[in-house]
Amino acid sequence: MIRLAEKRLSKKGSTLTKLLTAATLAVSCNVASAADPLKVGFVYVGPTGDAGWTYAHDEGRKYMVDQLGDQVETTFVESVAEGADSERVIRQMAAKGHDLIFTTSFGYMNPTLKVAKRFPKVKFEHATGYKRGKNTGTYFARAYQGRYLTGLIAGKMTESNVIGYVASFPIPEVIRGINAFTKGAQEVNPDVKVKVVWASTWYDPAKEREAAETLILQGADILTQHTDSAAVIQAAQSKGKFAIGYHSDMSPYGAKAHLTATIHNWGALYTQKAKSVLDGTWKSEDLWPGIAEGVTDLAPLNDAIPADVKALVMAKKQEIKEGKARVFDGPVLNQAGEEVVPAGQSMSDNDLKGFNWYVNGVEGQLPKS
Amino acid sequence: MDIELITNILFATIRTGTPLILIALGEMVCEKSGVLNLGQEGMVLMGAVLGFIASVVTGHAGFGILAAIFAGMLMSVLFGFLAISLVSNQVATGLALTIFGIGLSAFLGAGYVGMAIDGITAWEIPYLSDIPIIGKILFSHDPLVYLSWGIFGLLFWCFKSTRLGLTIRAVGENPEAANAIGISVMKVRYGAVLFGGAMAGLAGGYLSIAYTPMWSEGMSAGRGWIALALVVFASWKAERILLGAYLFGAASIMHLVLQGLGFEASPNLLAMLPYAATIIVLVVLASDAVKTKLSTPLALGQPYRPQV
Amino acid sequence: MMFNRIALEKRSSDSKTMSYLSPVLAILLTLISGGLLFASLGQDPFHALHTFFVAPLSDLYGWTELGTKVAPLLLCAMGLTLCFRAKIWNIGAEGQFILGGLGGGYIALELLDVEGLWVLPCVLIFGALCGMFWAALAALLKTRFGANEILTTIMLNYIALNWLLYGVHGPLKDPEGFNFPESAMLSEFTTLPVIFDDYRLNISIYFALFAAAVIWALMSKTLIGFQISVMGEDKAAARFAGFKETRLTWFVLLTCGALAGLAGVSEVTGPVGQLTPYISSGYGYTAIIIVFLGRMHPVGIVLASMLLALTYMGGEMAQMDLSLPKSLTGLFQGMLLFYLLACDLLISYRIVRKPASKNHSQSATQNINAQA
Repeated sequence: MIRLAEKRLSKKGSTLTKLLTAATLAVSCNVASAADPLKVGFVYVGPTGDAGWTYAHDEGRKYMVDQLGDQVETTFVESVAEGADSERVIRQMAAKGHDLIFTTSFGYMNPTLKVAKRFPKVKFEHATGYKRGKNTGTYFARAYQGRYLTGLIAGKMTESNVIGYVASFPIPEVIRGINAFTKGAQEVNPDVKVKVVWASTWYDPAKEREAAETLILQGADILTQHTDSAAVIQAAQSKGKFAIGYHSDMSPYGAKAHLTATIHNWGALYTQKAKSVLDGTWKSEDLWPGIAEGVTDLAPLNDAIPADVKALVMAKKQEIKEGKARVFDGPVLNQAGEEVVPAGQSMSDNDLKGFNWYVNGVEGQLPKS
Repeated sequence: MDIELITNILFATIRTGTPLILIALGEMVCEKSGVLNLGQEGMVLMGAVLGFIASVVTGHAGFGILAAIFAGMLMSVLFGFLAISLVSNQVATGLALTIFGIGLSAFLGAGYVGMAIDGITAWEIPYLSDIPIIGKILFSHDPLVYLSWGIFGLLFWCFKSTRLGLTIRAVGENPEAANAIGISVMKVRYGAVLFGGAMAGLAGGYLSIAYTPMWSEGMSAGRGWIALALVVFASWKAERILLGAYLFGAASIMHLVLQGLGFEASPNLLAMLPYAATIIVLVVLASDAVKTKLSTPLALGQPYRPQV
Repeated sequence: MMFNRIALEKRSSDSKTMSYLSPVLAILLTLISGGLLFASLGQDPFHALHTFFVAPLSDLYGWTELGTKVAPLLLCAMGLTLCFRAKIWNIGAEGQFILGGLGGGYIALELLDVEGLWVLPCVLIFGALCGMFWAALAALLKTRFGANEILTTIMLNYIALNWLLYGVHGPLKDPEGFNFPESAMLSEFTTLPVIFDDYRLNISIYFALFAAAVIWALMSKTLIGFQISVMGEDKAAARFAGFKETRLTWFVLLTCGALAGLAGVSEVTGPVGQLTPYISSGYGYTAIIIVFLGRMHPVGIVLASMLLALTYMGGEMAQMDLSLPKSLTGLFQGMLLFYLLACDLLISYRIVRKPASKNHSQSATQNINAQA
């Protein structure tokens, strides 16, 4: 409903501007095109009501509309399957005169590129991918920076020295998160172990909850997740344990248990990209903003976190923000305890993007598939 | 594995199996009367969303559960009107009901995503829950789990030794003959479909109010389909549904537990386990082929209209 | 009961007129209630309906996209028709589709560096064989062990999906793909040729139409088609006539598996162009609805698959142009299906006015008399 109202409003707004422009035109005959709003399209993989990944992107879209008002007009298509349907949706958007199109799931990578070739004037931005073109850029958030900070909290606060991690599928993005989290925890508590359970789903609240409870059973007293629902928080709350959320502030689901969450503020990035198209400075690039740009952030910290830990987290956050420290600064050890990255060096972005091994402190083998 | 771990696995098994039991028992009654309703997924989601909304609005989980049951029944009335009164094809109508239910639940629930409710908490039965091991496994659940056992007992008794059970079976085996001895086939079938809807709605309520108290789109994640398979697997016997649902629950729990124990295998191959296990158990059961065939309602899926 | 004054009466034979009129009536009813629904949401109902049904097909591009969506649906639906006519309730077209795509995709990846015109047929045939193999499992379980095919095929669907996930997360993933669960893009020699330059529609639509024609001929002109129908109508009669139930079961399931497998491999070597976890958008399930909407008749099924494909495209349009949420598409689709199913009643029944029907027990007595 809000969505409809918003659309109507922005339409009204644009008619008004058009009228005004017409008036100005009549008088001075200049700047005509400026009044046409930039049409921005979003292709979502899930429903906007999933309370996870897609929800966060749609919040970003709304934020952009708030920021840029009449300058932009947005549309979105939700629950677009990553099979053959996605190319049609993206192409339709391009054909309908969208100037900038965000495709927000990895599976859209090749369809986006195929369409981009046919519509050289339209700008495309693909989230999480690695292929770019003349008019196709990629973007993602350095969520792992947030993971690292929450790892510090978990490492400090665990009493059993076992931390549970409910994961979805062993792709680099998820493994990077596990590693960053574990590295944080290990830095402040070398005895800590991170147990990972692969739920083999992005989204199934009941299953996520069972995975969480399995981990609690195996001694975990702090949980975190890389799946979409808040079921892990609920499990922790009902068992009197702590949990760290993902995607958005999940404290409503368990105020006591929810220590904090790694959250995405896509809005800042979307606004910046739309602006760059408006002022003609857009270029195809691989944008990977994080804490420094405010795209990755932490949800408010729970009061259960001791003041010294809060201070530590804030200090580290500041260092990352200023570029003084990076998450995967050496020494980085693998599971066997061998030094992969020596002290004084840091892992490159490309290494991070292809992460396929666990750092020291993660328990169990990384699934081969 | 130590005893506490096993206790907890069994406890989790019961909880995981409960929504499947609720849906499957409802569908069993429905199919015994000769009606195949493939709309479970849609009815479960409608139960989940309306149950959740009612809980938020009234602030009472109990009202939520009632609303969930009501929602499931409303959906089943729609199905019944088409499939029973208008003799439409049951398979297609059921699938359409699923599509409709998924859409409608998402539409109604759009404003309730991200809200939290207290939900129904565990209710430990006095004295019984103090029994070592068994008390923890069986008597420390939320009330809906006990309710699922109550309904199971009722249905078991109903089909074993009551006239009602016999009537429903008669309608599912041979509607013409049932009509001839004065049974209203339509009324019995409507009743069975409504019961199936109520149970599916209840299962939805269990998910959104008790198990994971939240609403998000498509939160039933395919459980309606699994329950449908379960009914056939159980060859329309309540006690086998109970067994099957817990077996399935155990298999999906083990898939998670084994990983935690450091068991190395591809998660995708592990995820196949419950399905492969079901096929194997099915083959074993079906070697008793004559019996299985005899328990299939003969008129299942066949529309019936009295000749007036 | 539901009807006090108005009652249904069975026609002595199905009405030809009604079998054409009922879908028209259903679509009219959908348009009216859909219009009301859109109006209640503050949309111009005519504009909304236009967006749903007309706008997607306003140019050649729209039609080619419709064909792209119809091809896999039609292939699966034709195979299912054969099964359903024999009352073999194969719910497994989805799994057979996935295995066809996975198997064909695997061969295509193995032949990535091989050039030659023979490569593509190999890939297609292997895909169809993989689909057949998956259906053969269900056939074996049914004929040898008496396991119910509804259950086994549903389970096999899940297992097939997990094999695909295993493949793309594991051995088949693109070695240069940063560990993402996708295979490399297929080579041009393993890609189906498109019909028009610039559009995605490829020759798989010919496969689908050809399959529809063959299945139609099989059902209406051949002995085996006749045997299948008899088996579906009356198992006892079929046995009495000496038809081999086991062989027919194998035949319909294998044919369906091959067609669904072909659909899968065509999707992988066509619009998708690589193996991903999402090669099927639920085609195997949607095809079930299509078979019933099309009343198990090839022409009906072609029309039904076009209609369903159109509602998906219309739903995308409505989201883009009218900012209507996706959930409305589901609502609208469900409504259309309900009306279509309900109106089919008019084919075999007529509506008559009856004086209030208190005579239910009386009619039961009449029934007994009639039976005696």
